[in-house]
Amino acid sequence: MSSLDDLYRRVIMDHYQRPRNRGEMDQDSVTINLNNPTCGDRIQLQLKVEDGIIKDVKFLGEGCSISMSSASMMTEAVKGGSVEDALKMADLFSRLMQGESIEDEDLDIGDIEALAGVSKFPARIKCATLAWKALQQGVHDSAK
Amino acid sequence: MNIKEIKAQFPILNQQINGHPLVYLDSAATSQKPVQVIEAIEDYYKRINSNVHRGVHTLGTWATDAYEGAREKVRKFINAKETAEVIFTRGTTTSLNMVATCYAREFLQEGDEIVTTIMEHHSNFIPWQQVAKATGATFKFIPLQPDGTVSLVDVKKTITDKTKLVSIAYVSNVTGTIHPIKEIAKIAHQHGAVMCVDAAQGAPHLKLDVQDLDCDFLAFSGHKMAGPTGIGVLYGKRALLEKMAPYEFGGEMIDFVDLYDSTWKELPWKFEGGTPIIAGAVGLGAAIDFLQDIGMDEIERHEQQLVHYAMEKLSPLEGLTIYGPKERSGLVTFNLSDVHPHDLATVLDSYGIAVRAGHHCAQPLMKWLQVSATARASFYIYNTEEDIDALVKGLLKTKEYFGNVFLG
Repeated sequence: MSSLDDLYRRVIMDHYQRPRNRGEMDQDSVTINLNNPTCGDRIQLQLKVEDGIIKDVKFLGEGCSISMSSASMMTEAVKGGSVEDALKMADLFSRLMQGESIEDEDLDIGDIEALAGVSKFPARIKCATLAWKALQQGVHDSAK
Repeated sequence: MNIKEIKAQFPILNQQINGHPLVYLDSAATSQKPVQVIEAIEDYYKRINSNVHRGVHTLGTWATDAYEGAREKVRKFINAKETAEVIFTRGTTTSLNMVATCYAREFLQEGDEIVTTIMEHHSNFIPWQQVAKATGATFKFIPLQPDGTVSLVDVKKTITDKTKLVSIAYVSNVTGTIHPIKEIAKIAHQHGAVMCVDAAQGAPHLKLDVQDLDCDFLAFSGHKMAGPTGIGVLYGKRALLEKMAPYEFGGEMIDFVDLYDSTWKELPWKFEGGTPIIAGAVGLGAAIDFLQDIGMDEIERHEQQLVHYAMEKLSPLEGLTIYGPKERSGLVTFNLSDVHPHDLATVLDSYGIAVRAGHHCAQPLMKWLQVSATARASFYIYNTEEDIDALVKGLLKTKEYFGNVFLG
């Protein structure tokens, strides 16, 4: 598989074309708006956290296939799980983007591993991490 | 002119990227540098380096001569009346901020108007927006035609007796529109307004004549015109520069310093506080020599040929949207079907083709075009028709690639 094919794995394009958890929820949630000023990608992430559990998560946004598929995968991975696990996944994801192997970890990150190819494209790492940055900020704001 | 010979003078272009010969189509972001410029900077540091304007020792004299010699080259390049009107800065952004801070903030007030367009680069937009906020002046925009040009009828309607400053790009970095600066300056002057020109995309490609344009300020960067980064120019008419206060205070720009007051050096040094960008100015001087050896008319002719060829080859591609007017400077901004420009640029890069993807520091224009981002291919003296053929081939591959992924 070429590195380009590795970057654009079918599962990534699937999330890009049929994003999961795309939309908005009611007021009873924390809303984070982040953008990537250098390229114009934007995301709105909404989180509903109760008793340390991410009850619901929704996103809206505009951007390239990497940023939008990453957002879709992230919401799928963290929804229904604990805040603690979500933050661990964010950490794991950042290691994945640095090209580290994360095979031995206990957490099930689902489709997300398909994004491992992004680490070979330094200019695109920011695209993939945007949603996770929004998640970290959202969790932080929910705790207030 | 022989493009192959010119291209051979740019060492960076002679390399493989991702297994393909580099096709550099991002000169509107920054141009590549010929060996003459690289060697001039190297020679300066190896043989001449010293601080300027303190020339008791020989190197000091040489450095001052090199620095002031570069200023004279710039003066000739833009046909300014005198070198006192040529200020070295860090680049276009700094030049425009100097006009905003030292002129507009000082002399504009509530009720006055600043006129620009929504298609400006952020560096010719935010400084004025912030002046308007700070002074209470009204921020006004000349409306755009559907193809991203302005009509002189609209210019005349927008500029009024209340207008104190008009600032417009010579050439748009997104649409390639070449604005009728001379005519706009004339209209501005009829209303007593000052005309400022963002020539960042003009200076590398067009013959500049500030006296013929009759602009009051003109800003450009060295790095887009074969020179190094970190050096730019602010041209200003003497009468205006005289009445402006310095931008930065410190060494190099003072006349006498007393405990409770100081006086400033004469122009242009009043605006060059601190040790100046000597090597950068020397590099810019070498870049000007390089461009003038080829001839600005020749450069413009070559780029026009390239951009016409590009429009001819790109227009028939199915799913390709090109933004901007038919007649334009040497760049093409476009989108390809549903493929996001970042994805497109990544695939092109895998074939060694460098294009820009994003909002091009022109968010208000992106909003007007109703897109979040675009891709841009921009040309310079070293580009050839083969480069454009490579781009077309790359775009077809991109379509094929994403077609397969999307459908597969």
